[in-house]
Amino acid sequence: MSDPMAEIRASFFVECEELLEALQDGLQTLYDEMGDGETVNVVFRAVHSIKGGAGAFGLDTLVAFAHRFETALDLVRSGHLSASPDVLKLFFTCSDILTDLVREARDDIPHDPTRTDPILAELDTLLGATPADDVAEDDPIDFEVTTLSLDLDLDAPGETEDPTWDITFTPGPLLYANGNEPQFLFRALRDLGDLTVTCHDNDLPPLEALDCEHAHLGWTLRLTTPEGRGAIADAFDFVEGLCSLDIMRADDAPPPPADLPDLAELDDLAALSGETPDPEKPIPEPVRPTSETAPSPEPSPRPAPAAATPRATVRVDLDRIDRLVNLVGEIVINQAMLSQSVDAAGVPPNSPVRTGLEEFQQLTRDIQESVMMIRAQPVKSLFQRMSRIVREASAAIGKDVRLRTEGENTEVDKTVIERLADPLTHMIRNAVDHGLEPGDAREAAGKPREGTVQLTALHRSGRVVIEVADDGAGINRPKVLAKAIEKELIPADSQLTDSEIDNLLFLPGFSTADRISNLSGRGVGMDVVRNAIQALGGRVTIQSEPGQGTTFSISLPLTLAVLDGMVVRVARETLVVPLNAIFETLAVTPDDLRAFGPNTHVINIRDTFVPLIDLGAELGYRHPLQDYTGSVVLLIGQEDGLAAAVVVDAIEDQRQVVIKGLQEAYGRVPGIAAATILGDGQIALILDPIDLVAQASGHTQPAKPVSPQKIGVSS
Amino acid sequence: MTMQVLAVDDSRTMRDMVRLALTAEGIGAHLAEDGLHGLELLDEIPAPDAIITDINMPRMDGFGFIDGVRAREEFRAIPILVLTTESAAEMKARARDAGATGWIVKPFEPARLVKALRMVAG
Repeated sequence: MSDPMAEIRASFFVECEELLEALQDGLQTLYDEMGDGETVNVVFRAVHSIKGGAGAFGLDTLVAFAHRFETALDLVRSGHLSASPDVLKLFFTCSDILTDLVREARDDIPHDPTRTDPILAELDTLLGATPADDVAEDDPIDFEVTTLSLDLDLDAPGETEDPTWDITFTPGPLLYANGNEPQFLFRALRDLGDLTVTCHDNDLPPLEALDCEHAHLGWTLRLTTPEGRGAIADAFDFVEGLCSLDIMRADDAPPPPADLPDLAELDDLAALSGETPDPEKPIPEPVRPTSETAPSPEPSPRPAPAAATPRATVRVDLDRIDRLVNLVGEIVINQAMLSQSVDAAGVPPNSPVRTGLEEFQQLTRDIQESVMMIRAQPVKSLFQRMSRIVREASAAIGKDVRLRTEGENTEVDKTVIERLADPLTHMIRNAVDHGLEPGDAREAAGKPREGTVQLTALHRSGRVVIEVADDGAGINRPKVLAKAIEKELIPADSQLTDSEIDNLLFLPGFSTADRISNLSGRGVGMDVVRNAIQALGGRVTIQSEPGQGTTFSISLPLTLAVLDGMVVRVARETLVVPLNAIFETLAVTPDDLRAFGPNTHVINIRDTFVPLIDLGAELGYRHPLQDYTGSVVLLIGQEDGLAAAVVVDAIEDQRQVVIKGLQEAYGRVPGIAAATILGDGQIALILDPIDLVAQASGHTQPAKPVSPQKIGVSS
Repeated sequence: MTMQVLAVDDSRTMRDMVRLALTAEGIGAHLAEDGLHGLELLDEIPAPDAIITDINMPRMDGFGFIDGVRAREEFRAIPILVLTTESAAEMKARARDAGATGWIVKPFEPARLVKALRMVAG
């Protein structure tokens, strides 16, 4: 059996992610001035809950930081501190640090105080600037205490015989009203040692006068215990203030009179603090009006049951879901095989077998979709990470930037979300660094000083579209063109359309910034971004309007588990080419074909020359063909244009295939994305066409991916 | 008859920890996510022997919850332990005024919690 504490710990970190998300959300709402008192509460509670859980696991660094953060939030909550943009910016930073600390704690990464200390100092300044009593009220030391044990052992050590204590205990009515039961207290005392209990019922009225709401009984107890006064007081911890209590060493004082007078008025603080009350001064037991002593008679603030009940969710280990996804994939394959067998057996079209199989097919598809939905997650967590990127990036280069997000609840496969983080981070940095003009330039252009980066997610025709839009100056096309020519990425006399110029940004090694900032100029270009997105089966496009801004759109498949592919044959091998990479298929005519030398050909597609890649030769299945006339080619490309014409022997089919990863067994295979199992049980490799083009050897064209324009112009 | 406890806390981690601490001692645990949920649950389950509640919670906080419990005749005698990170005297006083039986500061030791439960609920 697994360790339940380890499980709770793991679940705590999952909960932390949710709480951090709520925290981010709340801060953003406050920053957008859309928040109310409850927003502040939500933010406070998120930090509070993280602190509480962290304390349970002894995560001291996390507790200490969360506590300071919480204290500051509490000031806002209590109205002692206003949530100004500056304060909120500090809170955002705190939330980022809290996120880091949670991850450090989770992954057992040693903490680096150089990052937190300055922020703690800023928090302290903030706290110091407010009434001191609010701060002092909640001393951090409280949270270093791990138990509430009040074992202040006042006894001298080395005592040989257990001392005897006399305890006089007279409950007040509130003791009962608050749910205490003296009997249980005595039981707790009995656990400490030898106990004798004497009950005093002299004040008990006759039955007809008995008010069961009142306290009528008192007790004297004699306890012989090795434990100290602290342990005894501990037993009365909860009733302190609700009774009169006196704990005395038996040998210090004469035994209490058998007939005990009422000791002290309940409200008498002296009695509560355990001081010896004056037994000479009998005080009648206080009788308060019931309305005062009973718990609040006001009706409880219980809203209508229509209020949202806690959401019903089940947390499931991702491995289990993946196993389910795999099994469903197997069903899809099995069903395809079954259909093929039924075809082969010549079963007539209207037979029950066929009808049944069709229903099976429909059900399989439904199950597959449902399972994929389990893996889907809102992009919210990803967007929240981006809001941090924007804050850090804008702070690093001194621009005022506001991130707006839309469609955060759009759901995408979990793996897609995870693998989108890096490219999206880069795009966001680019937007802040290159997309937006500096504040002065914006003002000169009549725009608000604060730039906006808009992050949007939406579903469009079975795919997920994620847009990164800035309201900057737009792509400086003359500059981009000049740069591309200077870097010899395109010939000097190139005539390109606006869109073609924009797409030059995706060429490897392209960078428009004259000055390499430490932000986006990290040696990673937009080509890497595009490759990462293509690896997810996605596409990137650019739209730019001078003076208005630039929008990058990423279009992604909803899942990585299935893929729409074209099944092709090459040298008796069956391969699958992702449909999203295929622009067009055609048969090569002699007029289209140009030889560039031995085994190197290009074909003319509407006056653009595209390198020809012989797939059979490229993958080592056979030698290059002597003549490509009449060959079937797939035009492979990206948003910015065609990359290559891939020669295959025949096109078989177009269908959805279940993706089976190869990397676990074989590592990364150049040009190959994954494998699948076809309906006849045959295994087929799924091509990674863009990688294939990039890897293409001398059999066809230079390995460097070539922009179609370059070929077109130079021929 | 084993002891049955209703624990109210908006933190899943805390609920899990309380449940673990209780079940390890053979105490039955019913869990609610906030005060409102706790009141709803009280109507659904047999009256528990004791209640544990957090203070800071959404929808209905611990004070409201204790008020709500004590306002019901049949729940007036159920001991209520407050389990919270708060330790301010003013908060304790408020909880006691509302009718709380005891106060335990988080982080808690399971043994301490169970001991406190035994002390208030037998």
